[in-house]
Amino acid sequence: MAANYRFIGKRTPRKDAREIVTGSAAFLGDLKMHNLLHGKVLRSPYPHAFIKKVDKSKALALPGVKAVLTYEDAPDWRGGTPRVFRVLDRRVRFVGDAVALVAATTESIAEEACGFIDVEYEVLPPVLDMEEAQNESAPQLYEEFPRNVVTPGAPFLGPKNLKEVVMGDVREGFEEADVITEGTCGYENIPNPIPPEPPGAIGLWEEPNSVTLWITNQNPSMDKILLWHIMGRKVELRTIGGYCGGSYGSKQMSWLIQCHAALLSRATGRPVKLVYTKEEQLAAFVLRPAGRMKTRVGMKKDGTVTAVAGTWLIDTGYYTMMTQSQIAVGCGEVQIAVHCPNWDLKPVIVCTNRSASGSVRGFGGQELKCALIPLLSLAMEKLNLDPFEVLKKNFVKPGEGYYWRDGIWYTYRGVDYSAAMDKGAETFGWKEKWKGWLTPTAVKGAKRIGIGVGAHGNADIGEDASEAHLRLQPDGTAMLFSCLTEHGTGQTTNLLKMVAETLQLPLERVSLSPSDSLINPYEFGPVGSRGTYAIGSSIISAAEDALKKLFELAAPMLDADPGELETIDGMIFSRRKPEKKIPWKAAMGVDRTIIGYGRFEPDYSLTNCMMTFVEVEVDTETGKVKLLRVVNATDAGRIIDPQGLEGQMNGCLGAAGIDTAIFEETILDRSTGHIVNANMIDYKWRTFSELPAIDNVVLETPFPTHRFHAVGVGEVATSPGPSATLMAVSNAVGTWLHEYPLTPDKVLRALGKTEDPRKRGSQ
Amino acid sequence: MARKSASSVKQKDLQRRSISLTVNGKVHELEVGTRPDQVDPSHTLAFTLRETLGLTGTKIACDGGACGCCTVLMDGKAVLSCMMLTIECDGKSVTTIEGLSDARGELDPLQQAFIDETAFQCGFCTPGIIMSAKWLLGENPSPTEEEVKEALSGNFCRCISHYHVVRAVLAASGKLR
Repeated sequence: MAANYRFIGKRTPRKDAREIVTGSAAFLGDLKMHNLLHGKVLRSPYPHAFIKKVDKSKALALPGVKAVLTYEDAPDWRGGTPRVFRVLDRRVRFVGDAVALVAATTESIAEEACGFIDVEYEVLPPVLDMEEAQNESAPQLYEEFPRNVVTPGAPFLGPKNLKEVVMGDVREGFEEADVITEGTCGYENIPNPIPPEPPGAIGLWEEPNSVTLWITNQNPSMDKILLWHIMGRKVELRTIGGYCGGSYGSKQMSWLIQCHAALLSRATGRPVKLVYTKEEQLAAFVLRPAGRMKTRVGMKKDGTVTAVAGTWLIDTGYYTMMTQSQIAVGCGEVQIAVHCPNWDLKPVIVCTNRSASGSVRGFGGQELKCALIPLLSLAMEKLNLDPFEVLKKNFVKPGEGYYWRDGIWYTYRGVDYSAAMDKGAETFGWKEKWKGWLTPTAVKGAKRIGIGVGAHGNADIGEDASEAHLRLQPDGTAMLFSCLTEHGTGQTTNLLKMVAETLQLPLERVSLSPSDSLINPYEFGPVGSRGTYAIGSSIISAAEDALKKLFELAAPMLDADPGELETIDGMIFSRRKPEKKIPWKAAMGVDRTIIGYGRFEPDYSLTNCMMTFVEVEVDTETGKVKLLRVVNATDAGRIIDPQGLEGQMNGCLGAAGIDTAIFEETILDRSTGHIVNANMIDYKWRTFSELPAIDNVVLETPFPTHRFHAVGVGEVATSPGPSATLMAVSNAVGTWLHEYPLTPDKVLRALGKTEDPRKRGSQ
Repeated sequence: MARKSASSVKQKDLQRRSISLTVNGKVHELEVGTRPDQVDPSHTLAFTLRETLGLTGTKIACDGGACGCCTVLMDGKAVLSCMMLTIECDGKSVTTIEGLSDARGELDPLQQAFIDETAFQCGFCTPGIIMSAKWLLGENPSPTEEEVKEALSGNFCRCISHYHVVRAVLAASGKLR
């Protein structure tokens, strides 16, 4: 039944549209501040070394230099999970690790000063491969991690937080199977989501222990909480967000930059801006985790998965902060996408001497799925099963369940996504095109066409808590107090649309508080796909709470019960006698505001879903893979903003999504530890002139969420595409390809046209 | 880093004491020197626009000529302002994103089309994309979809707003009306 909404589901301009198209939207780098200093980081040229001696006297003598800090000057602030990674350390652990921090009056003086710091290193042997890292003889990065194996578990997610997928009896499961297949697949190309705006921060330390940070991130509240722990729980913190020029999850790992800016401010008594260059963003900021999976799969003739057993090795680079959380979420997500009673899938996280893995759209689940779906496909091929049917059959259905990230079992109570998947297949023409495994759908001379499909779902739509305050003002306007930043999803406008719809106010009469941890209540932030349901629920509750208070004030004046009152455009009336109306001001008086409070409690019994179909053309002469067509299919419950949702789903290509299967990779020289493509020319990205056709299929089956029955889906658009693309290219070429990305060299090798020139470990 | 090697700069530019730069119709006489209000020979046009003139609508992302975020119009032609030294821009006329709307704040039809089509997500690359599109529509008021894509192929957008952008540019050109 279609509800008649004023704003929900309607095309409305983004609230910040004018600022964005006129260039007046102020991003972090645009902020002007009195007395501002500029920070720079001197970085290690070695992947692994001890700092024997540092002489900073020449740098300090340079006019304009205000501070030079090394590990000797830094407090023992530690980040990471567990908290062992010092913000400035005597040991450097990757090419680009921070050796010294400089603050100066201009950026160029700060950079020049870095060149005047004399550092004597004791160079240590590095380890750059996740399997070699576990050898007894391998160089060890941290005392705390023997054989470089990181302590599993993310305590933040609860005492039973998910560290693996172990349930049932895999021995029995394999006995029941009609086929058992075994294979290895890696998603090891550590792609970079590359937000156009680089990561950065402005720090202002005020003695004795107060620090304000202007940040560019998705969620100022969480930065504040994270930094409070890192800074020894002795610092009074305030975080101020603003426009964020893309994050795709990555800027959640801005803690190190924020700490460095704060330390430089503490040393100088002035605000310090520290913004990474593009090269630093590509070579010294966070990447996706890398994964390598070895798994046995048991499957029945009807596509029932009977057992999955194996290891999932994850390379987190030189530190881990959220990798364990991603494992927990990924291990939950895999049960959503692959129904199976018997699991023995064991993740192992290792540290190596490269830049760190942070978090990126897909958050563990994409990394896991990219490796597992190709291995499930081996069994499907043996049984000659259509992968679309197998993925549809195995995606969680109402009444089934999963252990989520907290280790607790949840029974899924949402809609059956089969209808959305069917509609996607129909739009794509899957049934007509599918010709069987390792078979192209068409051959045109040297070019072969192949198709593939992937599926992904995430129960993060109801993850973590949110709080909101909503203030009604007598002039018939309302302000939402919620600690949000706009990082591209359009969620700040979408949430204001929910407020406007609930209050029945024109959208221009509803505004959002500044993104400031000082004035807003707790908010986990618009991360993952939690904006629509989790944040939405809290702000709807706040609006409803405010209305309740408003109606209590108005009821006597309208000679009615509060329960029979309504408001439209700032006028209040009774449903019984709608002709008598009073403005909010009459009910409130001019000297009153009304504050509504709303809170959302985590709910993991719902998941979103994205199924992605891709069609590729492989040139068997050049090895080039061309993405021809993409169809994304989902059910969003209720579309909040059609334009915005389409943008989110088109995001499947970029931000380390589908293109990580075709050309996106960070190329690490495994002999020197240097990243060799840390610039925007050598790191490949899709341009306007290479756009495939995209169709987005969105059903609107009401979900049991909040009054608008919607679920968030934006984050996961990147996740099913890479494995679907691997499948499509394998089908086009006629042989399995189990490596990402499928650059021409790999395709030609698979076709037997070239030999592998690489030796293992020397890529 | 907003500095470029000055080795390729012509000697006469290095000896220059001041330059005249017209930005959005306003003439700026900029002294050459090392004070914050002056133009250092190593300053890029992008740096001068943002830091000296305070026009922060022009964005710097790669600072190496690869992403198009810093695109402005120079004498009507789209240029990458991070790849030009300001001291080489004497006598030039530059239009930035701030110069597209008129004095009363009336938006350029192209800007309005970007609003109507929600042709942005994070919005960081948007000023550069709009300036590239503005140049295209000046050269070719009625481009095909392929011509729009080709003209914008030097502009990086990572949220993938490309499809909405193409629609907005075609709408502004009258193609979608």
